[in-house]
Amino acid sequence: MTDRRIKVLIAKPGLDGHDRGAKVLARGLRDEGFEVVYTGLRQTPEMIATAALQEDVDVVGLSILSGAHMTLVPRVTKLLAERGMGDVLVTVGGIIPDDDVSALREAGVAEIFGPGTTIAQVADYLRANARPRH
Amino acid sequence: MVEADAATRAAQLCDAAVAGDRLSLARLLTAVENRTAVAEAALRRLYPTAGRAHLVGITGPPGSGKSTLVAALIADARRAGRTVAVIAVDPSSPITGGALLGDRVRMQAYAADDAVFIRSMASRGHAGGLAPTTTTAAVVMDAAGFDLILIETVGTGQSEVEVAAAADTTVVVEAPEMGDEVQAIKAGLLEVADLVVVNKGDKPGAQRTAAQLRAMLVATAPRDDDAPRSPSRPRPKRPEILVTIAATGEGVPELLAALDRHRASGRVGESSAARLARAEAQVWAILGDRLRERLHQPTRAAATASLLADVAEHRMDPYAAADRLLKAIAEG
Repeated sequence: MTDRRIKVLIAKPGLDGHDRGAKVLARGLRDEGFEVVYTGLRQTPEMIATAALQEDVDVVGLSILSGAHMTLVPRVTKLLAERGMGDVLVTVGGIIPDDDVSALREAGVAEIFGPGTTIAQVADYLRANARPRH
Repeated sequence: MVEADAATRAAQLCDAAVAGDRLSLARLLTAVENRTAVAEAALRRLYPTAGRAHLVGITGPPGSGKSTLVAALIADARRAGRTVAVIAVDPSSPITGGALLGDRVRMQAYAADDAVFIRSMASRGHAGGLAPTTTTAAVVMDAAGFDLILIETVGTGQSEVEVAAAADTTVVVEAPEMGDEVQAIKAGLLEVADLVVVNKGDKPGAQRTAAQLRAMLVATAPRDDDAPRSPSRPRPKRPEILVTIAATGEGVPELLAALDRHRASGRVGESSAARLARAEAQVWAILGDRLRERLHQPTRAAATASLLADVAEHRMDPYAAADRLLKAIAEG
């Protein structure tokens, strides 16, 4: 009688106050059958790593529009790795300049979703790449 | 052997979780939610050492401020030096099975505090205000050593009273002006309250709502010194009614004190009744699962399926089908 669903944390690190996109994505993934934990605005990397651990999520989706991704994202991936969550799939959504993409991938980001990505594309990617935990 | 692996894995996770490893605790809770073989082995291991925590259910309509109140209770319990675990349940979609778990939004101030552990759960089709595995998750947290376990239900209506069996103390949270005196005397949610909190106490009408609830719930319930009733006529509860402003923490120390009073009070009888109800619900749920597993075993699955098809086509009534299945199991 096992019952598994992919669990996703949608988090907004940093100080920008625009979370409409993150909320639309959270709701969209809900409609795609995911269990989505939404933690709200202005999350520190510490808060995100703690929530990811306590919730034992399969995916951490970071939404960043502030331009601070090069500071915030590697801190999140580092904290996750330090806490034994290095196998969590980390994705970033937002406006990321092409020049930063390879550095983010090196920091452990699996995929970057730019403007115009549809929810169905994100859902398909997560279903193909996230490993639901046992 | 799969089962031996599960037992080994469960033992590792349990020992680490009890020793304070939060990742192991989180993984155990996932196993519980997904009802894996690891979860069963873990529960068997942990159950004897659980039962020390104070399990508090927080329920009430959507938007009454349950999550904010939970956050405020965490703050005061921490000031009192207690460790706190939270299970926050939000509904699963009946259509897609997906869920948006948003209760953490109000509880993110405790990220750096290792003595606070918050877990969201999707209700996964369960209708009583909790998830099917909430009680088991609370046992795991209890065994992991948390002093206070707060179980926040989905936003409830009038009859999602299941939390009363899952918790030692049940708090019903109301917002001001949510209904008149007739709402307060209807059967259901308010009946299972050990404490009623009128939250958003700074809003107009809060004191009037509290006064109405006091008049209806306290005055109409029997007094504590009434003659004891027979078990077949259980005594309605006489809830204490408090006013809080969860957003500022006002009234929350008083709520924490009232929770302690309820736990320590002479209402041990009621509390042990809650524990008995919880035990019964757990055992019945497992019994139901076990029966279903037996009936879907390869040797029986075809017979079970054809019986269900007979009921679907009205060739057999559901009672006759259930009796037939029970007989088949009893005969081995």
